[in-house]
Amino acid sequence: MLQDKDRVFLNLYGLEDWRLDGARKRGIWSNTKDLVALGRDKIIEEIKESELRGRGGAGFPAGLKWSFMPKENDGRPHYLVVNADESEPGSCKDREIMRNDPHMLLEGCVIAGFAMGAHKAYIYIRGEYWLPTQRLEAAIAEAREAGLLGPDACGSGWAFDIEVSRGAGAYICGEETALLESLEGKKGQPRLKPPFPAAVGVWGCPTTVTNVETVAVSPTILRRGAAWWKGLGRPKNTGTKIFSISGHVNRPCNVEEEMGIPLRELIDKHAGGVRGGWDNLQAVIPGGSSVPCLPKTICDDVLMDFDSLREAQSGLGTAAVIVIDQSADIVEAIQRFSHFYMHESCGQCTPCREGTGWMYRVMSRMMKGQAEVEEIDTLLDVTKQVEGHTICALGDAAAWPIQGLIRHFRPELERRIAEYKAGRTPVAAE
Amino acid sequence: MPKVTIDGREIEVPAGITVLQACEMAGAEIPRFCYHERLSIAGNCRMCLVEMERAPKPIASCAMPVGDGMVIRTDTPTVEKARNGVMEFLLINHPLDCPICDQGGECDLQDQAMAYGYDRSRYEENKRAVSEKYMGPLIKTIMTRCIQCTRCVRFATEIAGVEDIGMVNRGEDAEITTLERAIDSELSGNLVDICPVGALTSAPYAFTARPWELRKTLSVDVMDAVGSNIRVDSRGREVMRVLPRIHEDVNEEWISDKTRHARDGLSRQRLDRPYLRIDGKLRPVSWEEALTAVAERLRGLSGERMAAIAGDLCDAESMLALKDFMTGLGSENLECRQDGSKVGSDSRARSGYLFNTTIAGIEQADAVLLIGTNPRWEAALVNARIRKRFLQNGLPVGVIGPQVDLTYETVSLGDGLDALQALGRGEGDFAEVLRKAERPMLILGSGAVARPDGAAILSLAREVAESFGMAGPQAPEEWNGFNVLSRAASRVGGLDLGFLPGPEGRDLEGILSGAEQGEIDLVWLLGADEIDMSRLGRAFVVYQGHHGDAGAHRADVILPGAAYTEKNGTYVNLEGRVQLGRLATFPPGEAREDWTILRALSEVVGQPLPYDNLGELRQKLIEANPLFGRLDEVQPAAWEAFGAKGEVSGAPFALPIDNFYMTDPISRASPTMAKCTEIFVLPKRAATGTEG
Repeated sequence: MLQDKDRVFLNLYGLEDWRLDGARKRGIWSNTKDLVALGRDKIIEEIKESELRGRGGAGFPAGLKWSFMPKENDGRPHYLVVNADESEPGSCKDREIMRNDPHMLLEGCVIAGFAMGAHKAYIYIRGEYWLPTQRLEAAIAEAREAGLLGPDACGSGWAFDIEVSRGAGAYICGEETALLESLEGKKGQPRLKPPFPAAVGVWGCPTTVTNVETVAVSPTILRRGAAWWKGLGRPKNTGTKIFSISGHVNRPCNVEEEMGIPLRELIDKHAGGVRGGWDNLQAVIPGGSSVPCLPKTICDDVLMDFDSLREAQSGLGTAAVIVIDQSADIVEAIQRFSHFYMHESCGQCTPCREGTGWMYRVMSRMMKGQAEVEEIDTLLDVTKQVEGHTICALGDAAAWPIQGLIRHFRPELERRIAEYKAGRTPVAAE
Repeated sequence: MPKVTIDGREIEVPAGITVLQACEMAGAEIPRFCYHERLSIAGNCRMCLVEMERAPKPIASCAMPVGDGMVIRTDTPTVEKARNGVMEFLLINHPLDCPICDQGGECDLQDQAMAYGYDRSRYEENKRAVSEKYMGPLIKTIMTRCIQCTRCVRFATEIAGVEDIGMVNRGEDAEITTLERAIDSELSGNLVDICPVGALTSAPYAFTARPWELRKTLSVDVMDAVGSNIRVDSRGREVMRVLPRIHEDVNEEWISDKTRHARDGLSRQRLDRPYLRIDGKLRPVSWEEALTAVAERLRGLSGERMAAIAGDLCDAESMLALKDFMTGLGSENLECRQDGSKVGSDSRARSGYLFNTTIAGIEQADAVLLIGTNPRWEAALVNARIRKRFLQNGLPVGVIGPQVDLTYETVSLGDGLDALQALGRGEGDFAEVLRKAERPMLILGSGAVARPDGAAILSLAREVAESFGMAGPQAPEEWNGFNVLSRAASRVGGLDLGFLPGPEGRDLEGILSGAEQGEIDLVWLLGADEIDMSRLGRAFVVYQGHHGDAGAHRADVILPGAAYTEKNGTYVNLEGRVQLGRLATFPPGEAREDWTILRALSEVVGQPLPYDNLGELRQKLIEANPLFGRLDEVQPAAWEAFGAKGEVSGAPFALPIDNFYMTDPISRASPTMAKCTEIFVLPKRAATGTEG
């Protein structure tokens, strides 16, 4: 369990002052100039050494990503784009960072931006996040006033400024290239890769898109050293992570914990346990709506980190833990996700545009048992036809929850079909 | 050059191409819908997925640039599964209405479904329906068939330069839409070709024929001087449709809407039998009567009292036959420039009337000066090339003459000669642009040369071209940036074979004023309809042509000829490229191929022309000018003197075409072109108040 001395997010719950004075008390902006003085290579080296993995869902090594930015400037400006379009159902960690400790993010932007040779950062924030936007804007104004941003950011000699751009409510705009399109004022549709944003990003310039939490933790890692960060969590899954626990628990919450904490411990210690006790657990979706659910048998001892969850054929995603107890209709839950992905598909590429609607409609029938048993396999096959064949990862995200359902709850599906055929309504609890 | 391994075969490919192109080079067929060589890459249909070594997922080959050492597999079960899957997805919401779809038989989706699809559907849900969109009189939409490949969106924005089409909504509800108004582009017909399914089909052609019923004849277009390569699809005696053929140096794979859709004019207003004016009225007569009547008129008439004018759609063969016929009778009054253009007048220097840069050559230009021309209407595909170059390098384009929307940015330099003269003196910002350009070019339209002072303007333009190093000694090697934009398909051919006034002959103005004053007794109009008929005075008019247009109305004798789809003819395009048009259908009724009419008449007159078949006539054509023997080649013309110094008038340059859709007898007879006129041209005239 994470000890208080190792906590990174000191105002996660908004109990303290979020403004500049409060932030300074927590050590933010204390020695940003010295961190910048480390130089680009040293910063990236340190982040690589810390084995920090991106907190946006894919878990890509952050230092490696930062290092993709061109070392030599070819005349085009470099940009840092912070992905604050937190729209993954279940996930609400970035919101807490931005509204309760916005300066953490701003300081992170200066460091990360400097490490990438960028003079400008855009924070692309989810449009519905009104309060976080207000606070970010206020914090940016404070930071400019204090000289922490501007032509000589933090006295480092590096010009740096930050602009906040609000999204308009499309889930797909959280996909990094769709985000860039949206940022440019176009319809949010993912771009083809290659070219990757590090080569051709926003306005055609080298860009790195990175998650709020990743940026926010980076100054602390530099201050306390990669070794400290690596000492937390498990190998290759280092450091701390904010978990958003929701669903059928007694006390839904956001909590910062060490990577690799057992799922059961996380829920029991921080969320007051599963409603009705651990044995009342039906399933957990460990990383936001995009990852396959896990049945109780796996939840009993699975660890919460990227690699452990991948071994369990799920994923850490954004660490949004959705707890589902026995009272819920698991098929309906997944059907609802299918609807979400159908609704949020951008419609650009074929498998996702056509597949998400197909999957949703079959799921809607499955929910009531109005299907043939063979259709379960057809559905699984359709998810496989979508997965990996699309421009962006939304297709995968639409396919995985259904795959998880079929993998772990196939008997439930078959039961409903049998019952429907027998002329009885399913007895799933309402 | 990168080496890639495709299905186990290592090949070397040019750098910068995509994996899809590399696969094609290696002989591996890659199915695709959204990918099109001439459009930007969308990568959205996902049909072209292939496996790449070290890539965790299959990649879209159309969007992936080749890299050295890539190992690609197109024949694995994964690839097959991916293709099957995408094909199934495309079909679940596609109506299976192939039996009533005009695309049937030439549909990419149909063909690829045969090759890559499952043999049955697993989709049990309801299908999606999409409401139709209005795209104007030329394009019929059945949007439920759309597979959202966005080729049409990309064509409209990139090639045609009209941002009228886009994709709205998302997910399943994504649909192609328009601004609910007709697509106002002279290239809009190509949208039908570019659509891989039956969502966009040709409205005039709807439900008229199936592709396998049609006889396909490879030919060239005569609606403008571009010489677009076309395929004429005919059934029985009717031309059912006209489609583009690929010719990289001329029309790439596009054609203008007039080229494509004027074809219904071919079956209307046709002259299908000879007529003779008896007691002031045209009455049908036999060929014998008609020819005898003409021969009688010619008997005893001295050469200087007769004249011949060739129209815009004539093939070189008929012009040569008419020239030989007239010279045989001692006449030098020949004219092939019925618009009064002065090109080719005083000197026969070929560089003075050709589009010397060539159409493909535009892609090397780095500055363009347009003088008295609206290329968008006078040569739509030349304009498309300029736009292509504009998108490549931001080509600066200066315009002298009326301002029109050319689909790219232009700088107005003035509307008349003073602007050209100022440029000649090196004044103004655009002079600086031209001076800095390495390969500048100018395009002289008929708005500048088809006027009384045309020869002087030609000379002035020549000086401008030389002073900026567009042509002549200062120009880069193998670069000639001096261009005359001809509008008539017959023009360059007529000039090449010298269908021009002889040393003592009369030009157009001379012929018309001569007829007015009674100095000319007989005028032969070879498909010439765009002259002022009221000036023909009391002359006996022989109209040889295919449509009952202005010329036929004035005629005393009508000799029914063949339209361009009904004869084997030679045409020379504005670049000087000799191309062959071919017979697709036979001329209607008693109409005949034009040269045979002249051959028959020459027999009646007693001075038989020295050729009995087309082969012999072509031999004579080559004798008249060896260029006619070199098909599909552009011979660079030597930079010689042309034009003549003289008085110039201050009148601003006017544009010769006020209605793109109706410029010749065929398009004027076409109901489709009339509809286009009504929708695209008339409202604008009303809006600008230039009508009436």
